[in-house]
Amino acid sequence: MTTPAKKSRGRATPAAPPARPATWDVDALIDNEATRIIVCCGSGGVGKTTTAAALGLRAAERGRRVCVMTIDPARRLAQSMGLTELDNEPRPVSGVQGDGELSAMMLDMKRTFDEMVEGHADADRAEQILSNPFYQALSSSFAGTQEYMAMEKLGRLRATADSEGTWDLIIVDTPPSRSALDFLDAPARMGSFLDGRFIRLLTAPARSAGKGLGRIVSTGFGMFTSVLTKVIGGQVLKDLQAFVGAFEALFGGFRERAEATYSLLQEEGTSFVVVAVPERDALREASYFVERLKADQMPLAGLVLNRVQATGAPMLSEEQALAGAERLEEAEEGELTSALLHLHAQRMATLSRQHHLADRFSGAHPGVAVAEVPAFAGDVHDLEGLRQVGRFLAGELSR
Amino acid sequence: MARDDIRLHVVSGKGGTGKTTVAAALALALATGGRRTLLVEVEGRQGIAQLFDVPPLPYSERKVAVAPGGGDVYALAIDAEEAMLDYLDMFYSLRRAGSALRRMGAIEFATTIAPGLRDVLLTGKFCEAVKRQEGGEFVYDAVVVDAPPTGRVTRFLNVNREVADIAKVGPIRNQADSVMRVINSPHTAVHLVTLLEEMPVQETIDGVEALHDNGLPSGQIIVNMLRTPLLDDDELAAASDDTLDRDAITADLKAAGVIGRRGATTAALVEALLDEARDHAERVELERQERDRLDPLGLPIVSLPLVDGGIDLTALYDLATQLREQGLR
Repeated sequence: MTTPAKKSRGRATPAAPPARPATWDVDALIDNEATRIIVCCGSGGVGKTTTAAALGLRAAERGRRVCVMTIDPARRLAQSMGLTELDNEPRPVSGVQGDGELSAMMLDMKRTFDEMVEGHADADRAEQILSNPFYQALSSSFAGTQEYMAMEKLGRLRATADSEGTWDLIIVDTPPSRSALDFLDAPARMGSFLDGRFIRLLTAPARSAGKGLGRIVSTGFGMFTSVLTKVIGGQVLKDLQAFVGAFEALFGGFRERAEATYSLLQEEGTSFVVVAVPERDALREASYFVERLKADQMPLAGLVLNRVQATGAPMLSEEQALAGAERLEEAEEGELTSALLHLHAQRMATLSRQHHLADRFSGAHPGVAVAEVPAFAGDVHDLEGLRQVGRFLAGELSR
Repeated sequence: MARDDIRLHVVSGKGGTGKTTVAAALALALATGGRRTLLVEVEGRQGIAQLFDVPPLPYSERKVAVAPGGGDVYALAIDAEEAMLDYLDMFYSLRRAGSALRRMGAIEFATTIAPGLRDVLLTGKFCEAVKRQEGGEFVYDAVVVDAPPTGRVTRFLNVNREVADIAKVGPIRNQADSVMRVINSPHTAVHLVTLLEEMPVQETIDGVEALHDNGLPSGQIIVNMLRTPLLDDDELAAASDDTLDRDAITADLKAAGVIGRRGATTAALVEALLDEARDHAERVELERQERDRLDPLGLPIVSLPLVDGGIDLTALYDLATQLREQGLR
């Protein structure tokens, strides 16, 4: 073996990191008939939708009957799955190979909320709620509504699956948010807002007077209503009272409903897949999420690390490549080769930074299995692309 | 090019495009040469503190950096609840009642659920900073806002419309009107940060249209994390067609003494380098296609490079310099 021209002494090649976590057997998860729900979580922009779609396609092609619920897919990815309109119902995806089936849908949060109301109320009552301005604001703009509705829809898909046997595996993508935890926290947050002491006070006339309410009312309620009326206007309070009154008559407490939906996630047969990219912020969110799942005793299947830099030449380190490029530049020849060496050096720098971050994550969470998907030059936007991602997830292909 | 008289810079973009980093670099760029800027965050994420490596920001304006050539960057993390208490105090002299309301969860309720109220409070706070004067001079030469993502920024800035639905008259309506006067003024610009990838570019296109439809002032498009092509067009074409000269590359590598370790053959090394070149060509082509979709928007486009090794303070100053060189100052 020849010695490199400029020996980088004592530097480990970045391609040989410390012990990596156990490879994750993704096929075991999706083949297992006891797996009924897979939730893909992670911070925004890490490839959750692609991961959910790739897992769904792979599961279907291995014989499962799968429904994938996406939240906000890229246009071409959606088209590749036949999702051209947002109609809130799963539609069969064509082009799936094998005996299984794949359906896909895009969540329409407002529609889901409306359907929830329509499904529980007679026409007049539903109309009354749907036209309430407070309901309209809540169902289209409240920060937690999308997460809450994703869970609501998941619950309904699951009920359909149970009663009609339509699917035996549901895979959900979670709403884009800064924090991966939003998905878990939003329903409870929304429930506690709508079911909290404050709303109870505001809507007291619409409910039967509760125990001890009189005392609180005498000390504080007058001030509340006068301040709130000044600040947000009397009509808002009236709308709010009407909405909460009508809604509660239909569904019971918001908190109970949120809790019931949340408990679906703790059922046996539900698994979480945390999705991240090898960048500091995304892995920090993934860490929070892993810890939270542990605390709430929810089963974590593993971490999907997307956009991992790959190279066919791990044996040529960044330093060696740069030294070679420099040599060519000094000799004023091989301009193209020099550029290729710079390209490789950049890649090795990224790769070593990513390894460092991934190792730090695995050091903090040694039990978490990791599946790595390389950075593709282009976007994934057809079934073949999803199949390819699936092969990486299952470890059939490696970087 | 950017006009010198912009005093409120609102920075939005799809999540993951580096909005906070760009906003921080812009605040540094605008403070350069002895000016004073305020960098504002509104989403309670403490992203500014992390970037500048300072402790979490309290609800008050504090200096976080000194700009090149003198000049100060102040930062403020606006908290909607605190802003609400300010507001109660300012308009109703109700700070004590406000504290009581807060204990009852009323403030949290009002700032989270009441439609638009949260955004009125947040926008109200930074618009006040834009207008603030001392001794006849503006306190800040410019205010840079790390705003909500593109999908929400129009609604965020356009609170007036929503507020009009719930408050026809009264102090909150006056407040909202005064905020809209600042936001719709010719001294305000909304910049959109994007990557040259399908989804962020689509979101930028949709975002520009939404800003336009709502009469909001669009500023610049900032293409972030741009890779400089290392090969020229002919080489890129040859790289994607796999017609680069293997023999010449092999000879160059040998001449330069670049030989793979661990017994790998030079031939294998050459193939790997060609694969990487093909990847690079494919990505450059994709970025060009996406870039072509931005041109018809007719907005000035500035570019910031991908920073290898992640963003630190040095990188931030470097990005600020690049923004200045491209006319954002």
